Amino acid sequence: MLDRATSALRGLGNRVTSRIWRLGFASRFFLAILLYSGTSFRRFFLTIREIYFTGVLSLIIILVSGLFVGMVLGLQGYDTLQRYGSSEALGILVALSLVRELGPVVSALLFASRAGSAITAEIGLMKATEQLSAMEMMAVNPIARVVAPRFWAGVISMPLLAALFSAMGIFGGYLVGVVLIGVDEGSFWSQMQASVDFREDIVNGVIKSVVFGILVSWIAVFEGYDSEPTAEGVSGATTRTVVTSSLVILAADFILTAFMFRGA
Amino acid sequence: MNRMTLDIWVGVFVAIGLCALLFLALKVGNLASTNTGETYVLKANFDNIGGLKVRAPVKSAGVVVGRVGDIRLDAERFEAVVTMNISSQFKFPRDTFAKIRTSGLLGEQYIGLAVGGDEQVFKPGESVKKTESAMVLEDLVGQFLFDKAAEGKDKK
Repeated sequence: MLDRATSALRGLGNRVTSRIWRLGFASRFFLAILLYSGTSFRRFFLTIREIYFTGVLSLIIILVSGLFVGMVLGLQGYDTLQRYGSSEALGILVALSLVRELGPVVSALLFASRAGSAITAEIGLMKATEQLSAMEMMAVNPIARVVAPRFWAGVISMPLLAALFSAMGIFGGYLVGVVLIGVDEGSFWSQMQASVDFREDIVNGVIKSVVFGILVSWIAVFEGYDSEPTAEGVSGATTRTVVTSSLVILAADFILTAFMFRGA
Repeated sequence: MNRMTLDIWVGVFVAIGLCALLFLALKVGNLASTNTGETYVLKANFDNIGGLKVRAPVKSAGVVVGRVGDIRLDAERFEAVVTMNISSQFKFPRDTFAKIRTSGLLGEQYIGLAVGGDEQVFKPGESVKKTESAMVLEDLVGQFLFDKAAEGKDKK
């Protein structure tokens, strides 16, 4: 009985300390990325190649889901707003919810599962097939050559993808609200323009997406670099990337929102 | 994939991403018309500002001429002191009336400036003397009920 209790406690303690150890390693790894990111800007082609894989290839999923999210917002928002006789406020509802929240958050979630998982699997497999060790043998720093370009590509792509998501969503809301349902087009746009503030809403949305880009890319490259060099280890690391980054995105979104929109 | 095609695709991606940002800024956020030009400060004291918020518009004849910059409570007179940033191209006569209005029945509150006929105009930093507080819906309803009750008594 006592044995079981102590072993359970020991297991718990082990899990806690290993989490903290990983957190410390991840922070050190983040500093190392920043320290060795000179190469990814000096040889910018490395980063461009990664922007192609993380950004350009994510375009389809971002654009299509943005369109549909905006269309759903248009339908749902209209359904509720017309009860209060203010269906012209549909533009405000669609634009504010996309620019402030859904654009950065949903595109970051999609980005984590579309691009983050790919980055983790790629780096993890490079480690499993000992390509990273081979680079070190040739005096090429794998963090500078492999990790940093992927990190910066994620950081650069994320705000662009979020802006595309928001723009596409607003277009979707316009399609459903104005073209399909028949809300007045003039008041749709003018009410939107009157209540969406550039500094308060759009810039804050962009800041959010930059933060999410940093977090997702950091988690993805770290999980890949830290994965066990086996098939099982890589698959576990890929799963952890998606789960951890989704949770971190939502938690960070709450913190950022609490800082940005305190309802002044 | 060779280097040229890669560059082109990434260039297209960055370009349409920036276009989306531009669309958000101009078409959605209306950055173009929120000119942060020269402004001057006017102050006004109100008994009750209702739901007026910082950055609420200041309108004259329905046209936005400025924004509310700051709202404080005067600790001696227990009045709200509202600081308005008015665009420098508009000068208002000294007998201008400042009222807190509501756009629509449930809309946001703004300050309406009803222009008087005085020759002299406000200098920056001066206070608007004539003000009218926000209409509080509960007070109106209370007033209405009170009047109704009084009417009923008179008839008897």
